[in-house]
Formats: sequence, structure tokens, C-alpha cells
Amino acid sequence: MIAVAMSGGVDSSTAAVLLKEQGYDIVGLSMQLWNQRRRLPGEESASEEQELKRSGRCCSIDDIWDARRVAAHLDIPYYVLNLEDEFEKTVVSPFVKSYLAGETPSPCILCNNYVKFHHLVERAAQIGADTVATGHYARVRYDETRGRWLLLRGKDGRKDQSYFLFGLTQEQLSKTVFPLGELSKPEVREIARGAGLPTFDKPESQEICFVQSRSYGDFVEQYAGIGHDKSGSIVNTQGDVVGEHSGIHRYTVGQRKGIGAAGKPQYVMQIEPQLNQIVIGEDARLHRKRFALRDANWIAIEDIAEMDGPLRCDVQIRNRFEPRPAAVWMENGEVLVEFDAPQRAITPGQAAVFYWDDVVVGGGWIKS
Amino acid sequence: MRRVYLDSNATTPVRPEVVAAMMSVLTEHFGNPSSIHWFGQHAKSMIDDARQHVARLINAEVSEIVFTSGGTEADNFAIRGIAESQKAKGRHIITSKIEHHAVLHTCQDLEKQGYEVTWIPVSRDGVVDASSVRRALRPDTILITIMHANNEIGTVQPIEEIGRIAEEADVYFHSDGVQSTGKIQVDVRKLKVDLYSISSHKIHGPKGAGALFVRKGTILKPLLTGGGHERNRRSGTENVAGIIGFGQAAKMARESLTSDMARVAELRDLLETALKSRIEFIQVNGENAPRLPNTTNIMVDYAEGEGLVISLDLKGVAVSTGSACSSGSMEPSHVLTAIGKTPDEAHGSLRLSLSALTTREDVEYVIEVLPGIVERLRDLSPYYKKV
Repeated sequence: MIAVAMSGGVDSSTAAVLLKEQGYDIVGLSMQLWNQRRRLPGEESASEEQELKRSGRCCSIDDIWDARRVAAHLDIPYYVLNLEDEFEKTVVSPFVKSYLAGETPSPCILCNNYVKFHHLVERAAQIGADTVATGHYARVRYDETRGRWLLLRGKDGRKDQSYFLFGLTQEQLSKTVFPLGELSKPEVREIARGAGLPTFDKPESQEICFVQSRSYGDFVEQYAGIGHDKSGSIVNTQGDVVGEHSGIHRYTVGQRKGIGAAGKPQYVMQIEPQLNQIVIGEDARLHRKRFALRDANWIAIEDIAEMDGPLRCDVQIRNRFEPRPAAVWMENGEVLVEFDAPQRAITPGQAAVFYWDDVVVGGGWIKS
Repeated sequence: MRRVYLDSNATTPVRPEVVAAMMSVLTEHFGNPSSIHWFGQHAKSMIDDARQHVARLINAEVSEIVFTSGGTEADNFAIRGIAESQKAKGRHIITSKIEHHAVLHTCQDLEKQGYEVTWIPVSRDGVVDASSVRRALRPDTILITIMHANNEIGTVQPIEEIGRIAEEADVYFHSDGVQSTGKIQVDVRKLKVDLYSISSHKIHGPKGAGALFVRKGTILKPLLTGGGHERNRRSGTENVAGIIGFGQAAKMARESLTSDMARVAELRDLLETALKSRIEFIQVNGENAPRLPNTTNIMVDYAEGEGLVISLDLKGVAVSTGSACSSGSMEPSHVLTAIGKTPDEAHGSLRLSLSALTTREDVEYVIEVLPGIVERLRDLSPYYKKV
């Protein structure tokens, strides 16, 4: 039996359609990840009216409703699993900590690594499903010569989501199918329409699901219960104070921040949590070649430490980014990456993913 | 696929005779019972018949039955109605820690409005000690509300004893009888309750109908005001089809209660004995207490209740973990917590509830499939090492 992780969106719904058409025994699973009714520590204590307003909200993300309709339409068994505790521990809390540490986190990757491909897979096994399918645009293939499971970009390069999946282990890849890997988005919509799915023209969600109509900065403050009193200094590259910031968690490396004395636009160059300050400078100074990586995961190769000489590959340092050639090697127990040419705004907290053409070699988190 | 329904404490299948009785209302007897004309009178007299059947089921008088939209409304009506009508006398309410959410959340809401609530604990077997109710009484106590039988573990509470205490103290006594009615003999005179809630869909009737027994002379403020239906106790045009179905279900429940429940108890015992012999490390919650004949709540160590329920459903067997209303949330059941279970133990609990329509084959099928499911879950559990 294959468990299909159903978000209610057109992609995962179509994945279910395809597997059902191929004759697999499938079960639809949705994850209840975050309670929208929950009051965060930093949210002002609610009046009775606000409390009532909150109780009108669904306890789950509304998308679960769509997923249930799709499952009913396909006549497949369907269940909602509660993974709120796991989601909070492995995604929400690290997301907030990461912002407070001056980084720019990628919660969707954490959710894939820990929630979907770990806890969901585990729950699926409990109910007798040894394989999990998702609606990601990516491909999995077993490579006989290497004796390894490979992760490849989705065939539709514009929709490819392999960047978000770099953390999958061999074990996880061996139990995963991506039915949309060979398809383009228009093809998927066409299949959804043909199958009569109630959600075929549903727009794609862009928001981080748990933040919901708040700014990230507000969410971080409310979750951490820290209020608005986190202001500190903005300094230039000489260390002169040139302004005040409203909390380091509200900034991202590379973001534009005012105009300098010489009339040139200034950008966030560095976020320094210990000093509670933001360093700004000109665009030219944002370009770097080298960075260090933490928590690397290797897919196409066994381990970087086993390599003779540096690994040559193309490196992608954020979601919308054309991969650029670089060398990767181990030095003093640390994985280092050096681009052939300087790159703008290498941002701590974001993922760096290594490719050989369409094949994901591995990846990790940008440290510094 | 074979489908076996063992979730009768959540709801029960509607009996064909009930459907037939309702059909005549939906197709022919559509009148408004308040109307003067023939159509109205006919509907009215059908409701009167239904009221008689419901009254007889619990040994009440016809005039003491107020139809509601269900058990939740009946509980709200009883508790809020007394709280409102007696607030000049006092603002103290006594209840237990294992009530259904309809009572629990209503009492919590009253706490926010300035009432004081004493929450009586239960024994490890899930029973309220009547003497602790006596000790909780105060001069300003206006209401005792203790359920007759628990929906999750099926334990039956000493209502008669508490009834005597309430009578001596001259305090209103409400009991939520949603789970007990139709499963054990209920006699509101013997129980000495002033208010008693019942629900249609737990006794093979339709959803959306229920009743509150209101002893003659009880002063209760209505929840719903309007046209003054139900002797001014509950306004709103009657749910005629629902009430007629409820009446038919009540009639049938009363006629066959003794024989049905003897058979159900036998099947439940067969289920418990067989599961205990085939699965290691399971316990029956509330086993040593007086229990409903149809309910068993088993605690399966080293297995998640959610995984058990889904795996069983994929095999066609419908059961639940905790009460249906709390499914989907990860809060451990307040009932299992109240009988001293840890959150892990509570999450590993499974409720199987039978009805008069459950067959021996149904039970045998569950006995056949459950052990394999438990074994799979335990094989995947890091805490379970096969001995």
C-alpha cells in the first residue's frame, strides 16, 4: 500500500489520481500541523470578543478540507494525522531560533526532512503503507552502478522542487515516489481537470503555512514572546552607527536598507546577533566566493570525506537561483564551498544544494 | 470489504422501523404541530405518541419530557437553566472530572461567568465516590451534575446514591444519561434525578433529536425563547420527523432492552476475553467497576491508538480512540487522565462499543484482525522488544 501525503493542493491530489489510475492500493494522509486557534505567548491577551473570533477559525489549515473532498472524489481511504508536536519541535521552534540567531531559515526544507519524510513515513508504516508518495516535482531513481538511490530534478525545470528535498536519506528515498516528476505543471492541471478534481484550478500557496497573514517578524516576536523591544544599531562597514533597526529577526542578508552618504544604495551585509547589530554596505561588498556548511547530507556520493580531491559541482544557494560552478571539500572537519566566481548575498540559514546536471549530489545549511 | 461497526457510543445505525416511521412524516404528515387545522393536529398527536414512548423508557411522566435538538442541548439547557434560575440562591455547582464535553465545557463557561465549580475526582476504575459529592456540598450549592454512564470507558456512576444526597440537601440534580439510556434500565423516580438528558441517535434513532427530563416543579430558565413550544420550555417549531424517529427508537429500546443487552454483554465479554488471551500487555480500563454492557475500553501497551484505529478501519472495522469529539486533537482524553493514565497510556487506548445490532460474526472478525495489527505496530515501536 502507498500512502499519499495530501495537502489539498492540485499537485498532491494529482499524485493520488495517477497512482490510483496505475492500480496501486493507496491511502490518503493529511497532516494536522499547526493549530490556528492557538494563542502565541507574545500575542496580546485576548478580549472575549477576540476569543470568539479565534474560535471561528478552523483548528486546522483549511486545505485539509480540500484534501478530504479530493479523497472522497477518488473514493480512497483518507485520514488526518496529528503531527502538531513534531511540527512545532522540528520546524516552528527552529524557524524562530534561526531568525533570532541572525539567519534566514527555510522551514519547508525542515518540514520535508523531519515531518513528511520522517514522522509521516513512520506513521504510514504503522498503518501498513511501506511507501509514501508526495506531489513534489522531483524524481527518484536507483543507480545500479553506484548502488545508491538518486534524487533528480523534476523534468519541468521551472517547477523543480529537488532543492527542498536535499535532506532525504538513502533509506527515505528508497521508500518514496514522486508521481509528478516527469510532468509539467500544465500537464498536471490537465490531468486534475480530466479526473474531475474539485481543486484543479486552485491557486498555489506561497505563504509559510503557520505564519498566516502575519509578517515573519511579527510571528517571531509573538512566538518567542519578546515584544517589540529588540531594537539595536545599524552600523556601516567602518563600525560607525548610522541608524537603528527594529530587531535583527526582521532583516535578511542582501536586503536593501537605505541610501549611504555617497548616495549609493546600502544593503544588509551581515547580521550580528551577539552585538544585536546589523552591518550595511554597498552592493559590491555583498559578493563572496566562499562559505562553510553545516549538517550536510549526501545522496549521490557516500560522503565528502571519502573523496580524493575536491568535489566539482554546481551549487544552488536559494530556491530561485541559477546554480553556479564551485568546488566542495572537507577541511578540519568542516565542509567548505568555493564558487569559481563571487556570488551575491550568501545567506546563513539557507540551504546550499549541490548538483551534477539534474542529479542532486547532496546539500547542507549555509553557516557563515 | 466487510464492514464491522463497533463505535456505537459515537452513534448507532438507524433501525429500519425508525426510518419507516420518519418517512411518513417527511412525505405525508408535514403539518406544523402548532397549527389549528387537521395537518397540524395530526403532527401534534404523533409527537404526543413519541413523547409517551420516550417517557416510558425512563419511567417519566409525559409532561416531564422536553424535546431538544440532542444530548448537548439537553445538557446545556439543564445546567444553564438551573444556573440562571437559581443564581439568587447561590453560584456553586458540583460535577465530576469525567463528564462529556457538553457538560464539562458548559461548566467551564459558567466558571468564567463567576460560578464556582467543584470537580469531583474518580477512582482508578472511573467511578465517582458519592460521599465526596456529599462533602462538596455548600449552602450556596445550586446544582449537582454527574453523568449516569461514561461515554469512553462505560463506567456506571452511583446515581441513586447521589440522588438521595441531593434530595436530602434540597439541591437540584442533573444526570447526563445519553450513554446509559437504552443500555441499562433507567428509572428517573428511583434515581431521584430532577433533570436527565437523553439522545436519540445513541439508541438507533436519528441525529438531531434528544430530550431533557424535567421533573415536575423544577424551575428552569429556557435557552430558547419564541413561540413557547414544549410548554414554554423550548421554543422553536418541532423537528417532527426526528422526534417521531426518536419515539419509535425509544419504544423498541424499551421492548427489547433486557434481551438485547444480555446478548450484547455476552458478545462484549467474548471480545474482551479473546483479545486478552491473544494479545499480550493489554488491560481493560474500568474493568472492576459496574459498566455498560456494550462498552470496552482497552489499553494496548506499545501501540498508538491512532495507528490502531486507522489500521482497523482499513480492514473495515470502525472503532475509536477516546471520545469521538476529541479525535483529531492530541490532548489525551480527560477521562483516561482522570483515572490516572499517563498521556502515553491514554494515546494507546481503544474504545469498542457494541449495540443491539452487533452480531457474533462482527465480534469474531475483530478478534481475528486486531492481534495482527497490534503485532505490526509493536514491531515498529522502539519501546517494544519481543520477549
